[in-house]
Amino acid sequence: MSDNARSRILARLRAAAPGPVPPRPAWTPPTYLAEERRARFIAMIEAAHAEVHEVDQTTWPVRLRSILANKGVRRVMTAPTTAAGQQLAAVWADLADAPALIAYDQPVEVLKPVLVRDVDAAVTMTRGAIAETGTLVLWPSPAEPRLMSLLPPIHVALVEEWRIADSLAALMADESWAAAMPTNAVLISGPSKTADIEQTLAYGVHGPKELIVLLVRDQEAGAAAV
Amino acid sequence: MALETMPDGPVVENPAMDKGPDFTQRAHAALIDPGLRRNFRRAMDGLMEKRAAQFADPVAWAALRERGAQARAAALARLPDLLEELEARCAANGIQVHWAETIEDGNAIVLGILNHHRARQVVKGKSMVSEEMHLNDHLAAHGITAIESDLGEYIIQLAGELPSHIVMPCIHKNKDQIATLLAANIPGLGYTEDVAALTAAARRILRDRFAAADAGISGVNFAVAETGTLVLIENEGNGRLSTTLPPLHIAITGIEKVVERLDDIPPLLALLPRSATGQPITTYVNMITSPRKPGEKDGPAAVHLILLDNGRSRVFADAQLRDTLRCIRCGACINHCPVYARVGGHSYGSVYPGPIGKILTPQIAGLDVAGDLPHASTLCNACVEVCPVKIPIADILVRLRQEAAQPAGAATPAVKGAGSRRHIAEALVWTVWRWVYAWPWLHHRATRLLARIGNWIPARAPLLRAWTRNRTRPHFAGQTLHERARRAGIDHE
Repeated sequence: MSDNARSRILARLRAAAPGPVPPRPAWTPPTYLAEERRARFIAMIEAAHAEVHEVDQTTWPVRLRSILANKGVRRVMTAPTTAAGQQLAAVWADLADAPALIAYDQPVEVLKPVLVRDVDAAVTMTRGAIAETGTLVLWPSPAEPRLMSLLPPIHVALVEEWRIADSLAALMADESWAAAMPTNAVLISGPSKTADIEQTLAYGVHGPKELIVLLVRDQEAGAAAV
Repeated sequence: MALETMPDGPVVENPAMDKGPDFTQRAHAALIDPGLRRNFRRAMDGLMEKRAAQFADPVAWAALRERGAQARAAALARLPDLLEELEARCAANGIQVHWAETIEDGNAIVLGILNHHRARQVVKGKSMVSEEMHLNDHLAAHGITAIESDLGEYIIQLAGELPSHIVMPCIHKNKDQIATLLAANIPGLGYTEDVAALTAAARRILRDRFAAADAGISGVNFAVAETGTLVLIENEGNGRLSTTLPPLHIAITGIEKVVERLDDIPPLLALLPRSATGQPITTYVNMITSPRKPGEKDGPAAVHLILLDNGRSRVFADAQLRDTLRCIRCGACINHCPVYARVGGHSYGSVYPGPIGKILTPQIAGLDVAGDLPHASTLCNACVEVCPVKIPIADILVRLRQEAAQPAGAATPAVKGAGSRRHIAEALVWTVWRWVYAWPWLHHRATRLLARIGNWIPARAPLLRAWTRNRTRPHFAGQTLHERARRAGIDHE
């Protein structure tokens, strides 16, 4: 049935007079100066209800512990084999009353009950970010699966400030996305939200209620400036 | 909220669907419902203001819109080739592609896939194409429960209604109505108008549904031929959950949603959410290129893509009507339509309301079924001015009116049901009108006659009655324009 449907649909489309292919008009996405880029990213993602904390490459796990302690977080999911996951585990092991770490180290079929209900927060890295719209760019991987940024009520994302691109168009072109798209690429611009009830914003309808961005300072650039 | 003034609007669960068989009757019922009109007016005013703020720079808007329109027009220009390219890329990525000519075919394919996987519990992300297919009813008839997970869709599913807007499905309901509905349907939830509490209750209920689901069904915003990628945008995360947590994902799309290249996506993404709700971007942009690969810990093991025609290839056949298929379903035309703001979405009696519905529905369902819709417009052009992909909606409305009044009998009419609204009396009036304007001596005599006796024609006379039912009866001048011109000394004859 499907094969016949396919050939009939394509035959009908081919029978129609082909339209002229319009030429691509000039369009350039916005670009920012170095100092604007970072400020734009922060302003945009904060406007979308995310929390941004500027952190150092070495001390962020300590900082994160106090941020999460204020929110009463007790169980944190991490990707145990990523650089961030390992750094967090190493530092928190030595800290008194750090939240418990739960590793996403098994398939969802095994971890589903924990993921769906028993985790307060998850920490992921990001591939980059976008200044124009205040957006995080994630390419989930076997080490850092898709549901980490979706099921827990709080998503903590590490963004290295030197990875902030001007726009999605620039990022896709610079990194040649079209040549090798991953299973899933996701852009995140704030916590989960809805305005379906009388256009009143409410957060955390299905995904995270809070998005915490840890913006990692570019220490080399900082040192040069000093 | 400051805007909160909602005392005594009648609680009408199904505002207009039951109030008449055609647009005119349903619209009349909606117009005299003050609660409904307040709900829509407030929502539309807010949406228009937010969109305008997003496109404050007219030069940037023009350039971006040109690029977006080009991306859609270029995709349609090569549609059959791109569909084959999309199919090949998806297949290479492990996504199984199915073709459906009709909604019956589409429903049968979905059911077949679900049965093959023994799936009984299904969660759905928001999908207008699945509304077009009435998929939930079809699945329910075969013992499969499909739960809508978008909050707005969930609310109208509980109410047993249809969406009244393609982006904000329960925009016709106010907080009291939703609070009453959720209190009646969610165990343990009392009546509350606290939106955060209502949202949290829905999260709790739907989280369990996601965890138990055997399959997720979603729509598609853009399908990229170059890479075989499905792009889905949303704010809630229910779309990501539907396409990630269950072991099976079925995506359904109209055949027109394909774009040629991945770099067509950024300009379209810069247009869609800003046009729709005035957001710079949606919370999530979910790009799916394959099922779960070996070693990956989550994501569905099987992903299917259903390409639905349902009359689109017929729309495609006509060079002018083809532009209808550029639509990216942002709803800006709906938000800016003075008719929609007053009569609401249910008056249209179809899945796609507002201006885009007025041109799409009659072409899909046929002018014999939905021929009144192209007339539900003042041709004010507001929709055309805001359309981010430059669909000439007003021109297409006029064309559809003409098609509906064509003499019937053409072997292959451009639109299904062409000629179905042709009335002998109306055709005769226009034929006489054409003669009068083609022959100066006849025009001269006819206008002089009307100037003398026109005001004696009763307002309720046949033919005239259709006009005077809602309008003041026209008053004829005592002299024709020609007579007055001649008296003023102007004479070119």
